[in-house]
Amino acid sequence: MWTRAVWLGLRAAAGGRRGFTSKADPQGSRQVTAELIEHLERLALVDFSSQEAVARLEKAIAFADRLRAMDTDGVEPKESVLEDRCLYLSSDNVVEGNCAEELLQNSHRGVEEYFVASPGNISWPKLDEKEPFSHH
Amino acid sequence: MATPMLRWCCPGRRWIFAGIGGGSRHGRGVPTGSTSSGKKGQSSVAQQPLITAQKPRKGEREWAAVVGLEIHAQIASNSKLFSGSQVDFAAPPNSLVSFFDASLPGTLPVLNRRCVEAAVMTGLALDCHINRKSLFDRKHYFYADLPAGYQITQQRLPIAVNGSLAYSVCVGKRWSQMVTRTVGVKQIQLEQDSGKSLHDNLRSQTLIDLNRAGVGLLEVVLEPDMSCGEEAAAAVRELQLILQALGTSQANMAEGQLRVDANISVHHPGEPLGVRTEVKNLNSARFLAKAIDYEIQRQISELENGGKILNETRSFDYKLGCTVPMRDKEGKQDYRFMPEPNLPPLLLYDSGSLPTGADPQQVIDIDQLRERLPELPRVTREKLVRQYGMLPEHSFALLNEVGLLEFFQNVIKETRAEPKKVTSWVLNTFLGFLKQQNLAVSESPVTPSALAELLDLLDRKAISSSAAKQVFEELWRSKGKTPAQMVAEKKLELMQDAEALEQLCRSMLEAHPQVVTDVKKGNPRAINKLIGLVRRATLGRADPTVIKEVLERQLSS
Repeated sequence: MWTRAVWLGLRAAAGGRRGFTSKADPQGSRQVTAELIEHLERLALVDFSSQEAVARLEKAIAFADRLRAMDTDGVEPKESVLEDRCLYLSSDNVVEGNCAEELLQNSHRGVEEYFVASPGNISWPKLDEKEPFSHH
Repeated sequence: MATPMLRWCCPGRRWIFAGIGGGSRHGRGVPTGSTSSGKKGQSSVAQQPLITAQKPRKGEREWAAVVGLEIHAQIASNSKLFSGSQVDFAAPPNSLVSFFDASLPGTLPVLNRRCVEAAVMTGLALDCHINRKSLFDRKHYFYADLPAGYQITQQRLPIAVNGSLAYSVCVGKRWSQMVTRTVGVKQIQLEQDSGKSLHDNLRSQTLIDLNRAGVGLLEVVLEPDMSCGEEAAAAVRELQLILQALGTSQANMAEGQLRVDANISVHHPGEPLGVRTEVKNLNSARFLAKAIDYEIQRQISELENGGKILNETRSFDYKLGCTVPMRDKEGKQDYRFMPEPNLPPLLLYDSGSLPTGADPQQVIDIDQLRERLPELPRVTREKLVRQYGMLPEHSFALLNEVGLLEFFQNVIKETRAEPKKVTSWVLNTFLGFLKQQNLAVSESPVTPSALAELLDLLDRKAISSSAAKQVFEELWRSKGKTPAQMVAEKKLELMQDAEALEQLCRSMLEAHPQVVTDVKKGNPRAINKLIGLVRRATLGRADPTVIKEVLERQLSS
């Protein structure tokens, strides 16, 4: 498909970039393929509607990759800056709610006191149904 | 293994222990063939199959099924897992929703202590290891009833792991043979429930009610140690009873407080495990076993016809009685798990590690919770068997009906009759009437006192057992009269005059010389005619066994 040619072109241009390498796989360089973009788009409901957007993504990955320059052997990973904090426990009392009207004001459409959504899940056109990328 | 080779086990069977056969039970121990594959995970033949379904035809090989369960139980708490809005089943739509539940920007989760306690108690009851440190994560997916676009759950490090759940199933053709099985509890985790979607197909829209969004759930993951629908249903039933005894969840399937997803695969014993399918939202106790068995059979049929099993998600269509693929699951879901950045690790303590000077409200002591654990159903049943000498399946039946155990214990308190008599009357007669009219124990027209009084009359031999049944029926139908009053009114008292009975029997023998000859000739059934005649003569007020005794004595003299 024609998009693949574009990606390969981009990769060549970027040159020497490690891309999606896992620590355990020093040689493998997972390219940002069209399938990956489509997968990410569906997962995050974000529209990479231009080459620029994808290029930005690749730059972001490259930027984050610089973390791998750190030697973290034998260091226990931190998961959150809150690790040393105490997790507050609330008592089991009802102190909120009863504001349906207020909440529904945020909604574009409503039926009685319900929010309204389109039926089924959020649909996403398949790759070959999509418009080709345009240059913005 | 000396199992007869079978097609596959467990033709679907109801797991409720209904209708205990009355009468003569010869003292027999319960075979506790406990085949536990424990926490070994998947073994190639998970369990000893229960029932021979049919002999395989020539050239056919047998199948074994593997069933694992993911059970979601709504936590019985006043407020939600991470917010202070109320937990309630029926309320105007979106009236029990806080800003956090609606995922408005700027809101943060605040963990509800009661939900943590519920998780720890459930973990302790299932013999789990309670993780002193557990973590919260975000599980991302898009659906209209999940306003945040992610669910807060515990994927990396759940609150409890590595437990076990013991349950009982009936084996063999008779209800009375019960066997204990064990299923491993892989983990228990705390997570949020989602809102509710109401599909309006007419107007092509979905209505969203977020009242349920954010309600605390306990997800209990059972290892694939089960091999058929019946075992799965029995395990779920026992879990339900445990949760209800602990008070951590009302676990009412009809109200959506307990939901079950099943992971099912089939394989030939000795070979690797097959591809599994997930059957979601099995929300009816009645159809749980049926749905699982259907899926097992579907997979077997598919494979035997040369087809393949897809690793897919299916749901059970109650009307058609079959599983159907679920919409919209193109390929594998990628939930993009990430640590919940707004919640520090959850730390739990025990008596040895309690931090000094800490606010008790902010600290959870596992040992304290363990001490306060209510009595578990298993223990209650054991006590009943020990104390009253009843059979294990009776103890199951007593615990299987809401309020029945209490009723039974109240009768026992007030009557002098033997526990075995009480057990039989409560489980056969009383329960029988309840079931016939589809009543709950709380709706029974007969009170424990009334039954106790009736059993006392029976015990004193003031009335015969058939008279007692009559009185019970009367008690059920009309109120206001005591058993004693009814007995008097209907003249149901047994003849207490032994001399009169002797006289009556003698005269009966004299009046029917032919029958006497028959008996003496050795026809044992001839005497029944005489007994019947005497009974009628006494207007049913003599006990047939006593009549028989007297007649036999007189005949032999």
